[in-house]
Amino acid sequence: MKPSLQPVASWGRHLPTRSWLQPVYWSCDPLTAPVDGQTMLAYGMGRSYGDCCLNEDGTLLVTTGMNHVLAFDAEAGVIRCEAGATLDDILKCIVPRGWFLPVTPGTKYVTVGGAVANDVHGKNHHGAGTFGRHVRRFELLRSDGRRLLCSPQENPEWFAGTIGGIGLTGLITWVEFSLRKIGSAMIEMETVKFKNLDEFFQIAAESDQDFEHTVAWVDCLASGDALGRGLFMRGNHAASGRLTVHGPPKLGVPFDCPALALNTLSIKIFNALYHGRIRQRITRSVVHYEPFFYPLDGINHWNRIYGRRGFFQYQFVVPYSAEAGACREIFGRIARSGQASFLGVVKTLGNLESPGMMSFPRPGVTLALDFPNRGARTLELFDELDRVVLAAGGRFYPAKDARMSPECYRKSCPEWQAFRKFIDPAFSSRFWRRVTQGSQ
Amino acid sequence: MKKVLIIGGTSAIAQAVAAQLAQSGAALYLLGRSGPKLEVVAADLKTRFGAQVGIGAIPFDDFAAHGPAIEQAVAALGGLDMAILCHGSLGDQKDCERDFKLAEAEFRTNCLGAMSFLSLLANRFEPQRAGQIIAISSVAGDRGRQSNYIYGAAKAGLSAYLQGLRNRLYPQGVKVLTVKPGFVDTPMTAHLKKGLLMASPQRVARDILRAAERDGCVLYTPWFWRWIMLIIRLIPEKIFRRLKL
Repeated sequence: MKPSLQPVASWGRHLPTRSWLQPVYWSCDPLTAPVDGQTMLAYGMGRSYGDCCLNEDGTLLVTTGMNHVLAFDAEAGVIRCEAGATLDDILKCIVPRGWFLPVTPGTKYVTVGGAVANDVHGKNHHGAGTFGRHVRRFELLRSDGRRLLCSPQENPEWFAGTIGGIGLTGLITWVEFSLRKIGSAMIEMETVKFKNLDEFFQIAAESDQDFEHTVAWVDCLASGDALGRGLFMRGNHAASGRLTVHGPPKLGVPFDCPALALNTLSIKIFNALYHGRIRQRITRSVVHYEPFFYPLDGINHWNRIYGRRGFFQYQFVVPYSAEAGACREIFGRIARSGQASFLGVVKTLGNLESPGMMSFPRPGVTLALDFPNRGARTLELFDELDRVVLAAGGRFYPAKDARMSPECYRKSCPEWQAFRKFIDPAFSSRFWRRVTQGSQ
Repeated sequence: MKKVLIIGGTSAIAQAVAAQLAQSGAALYLLGRSGPKLEVVAADLKTRFGAQVGIGAIPFDDFAAHGPAIEQAVAALGGLDMAILCHGSLGDQKDCERDFKLAEAEFRTNCLGAMSFLSLLANRFEPQRAGQIIAISSVAGDRGRQSNYIYGAAKAGLSAYLQGLRNRLYPQGVKVLTVKPGFVDTPMTAHLKKGLLMASPQRVARDILRAAERDGCVLYTPWFWRWIMLIIRLIPEKIFRRLKL
């Protein structure tokens, strides 16, 4: 079937591009050549915030139709599926039989191929590492027609290159990964209120031992003594109960919100209410996995609340240090800039190493912050933050990035040189051209 | 347990119908052109729904292979309650205009091939005095348009054939349902823009199985196509010939 030239945007919606869309439906089909001798790139749910899933003027292999589940061993907890299957598809299949994803990002609307290519992490990183750690094997289809079966034993260098390889090593056709056994679909959770960054680090240190899942929401507008105040969420899978699967999204944002809907004042009010609604220091509850892991999945197209100009997400990891100077400085700069960030998510990452050579997570603390797109002002703030992160020896998450400079990328991800030999000559992305050549 | 044969079992609509039937506990047999693809679909149905699924791969354009393939399916299922015809192709209209060989091939697939299967199925169901035949035709068969009249003419032939078949088999209690989908988001329409009219295969599958349950004759899916096509059919030919549809 002929590809067609169509507009494509990623989740942040501020980079309108055009690409030739070439759907792929079968893992057993050969690859078609990209249009006009340009390059190609797999494109799944388009949930990357920046441009690592975009290939401007090139071809995008749309994988969401290649979503068959190929095998599931409900005794051993191992599933094999085509790369376009989403985590939503997988959960529907495994939860009723007492299994859960080994690692899940904050949305289930990502493909398994995307989870491998970005080597996603989740609230259990301190105990389980990245998604890539649970991948047993996968098939990589190269543009020369070769099919490489990759595992820690077979083609191990391609296994390492492709996990976290942001889709550049070829098309991942299917993936086999291990699951986590659960006795119930429910999560026993606690919400702990913290007054500032010091308290956050203290609670994180206490919690990582006893809680499988931990994450914190931080009010990025609070300053002074309240700098870094927020809510710490921690939970464990309940030992027994019903194995009920989640339902479809209940709400939706049908159109772009006016640009003014989210301003410093409205976000300040939201943040104050969000922080203030919790009275006790610790609140306990038992909730379904859906609101615990995927609070925003309940609202279709939530990215439209940032209006027509879209938004950025800024995520980095810096090595842990007792005084947490980099985090403090970054929160301070954001608060001073007045560029409201609705959601600030903080998590301590553990020291379990990923098999992926380009994988983002490192031991330390990671912050993910949303910013409405206010043009040059926003970009200048990011440049400022970049310098703080680089000085602290940090790294940036390609799945979120839309704007870092080539210098910044090369400094923070020195592995890129060694990685280059794994890139398929017919594959490329807007992200890769931007951070390695400075072009798009 | 309902025993269902799906012809063209790797098509997107067929896969969606198969998934819904599998969830309701039906035993399935998928007939298709590609063995590897049939294996993928069968694995998916077995894994996700624990379905009982058999597969058979044959060249559809070899009509002599149709009879033995149906026999094999019936043997594997241990009988037959329902047959669903989902196979088809949407060739490029312009290419078909230039080269009649391509137009002929379209007809062999969408019209003659379907009729070959249908005649075999009708003769099997008739003496059984029970059973249901569902065939996917298209709204494109309701009126010839310059943009895809080769496909449309083949589907028009199929629709008329199904009308006659429904009429013939009615006294025997064998049901025949003609399905006329509009735009469905499948590999066949991957080159088209995803407008408001584009329906998901899951939606279409749900409509088909509901219509089958209440013994419908002609199903437009989604429903609004019945009214769109009514208007399109009502336009006088003198005016229609000027339109760019």
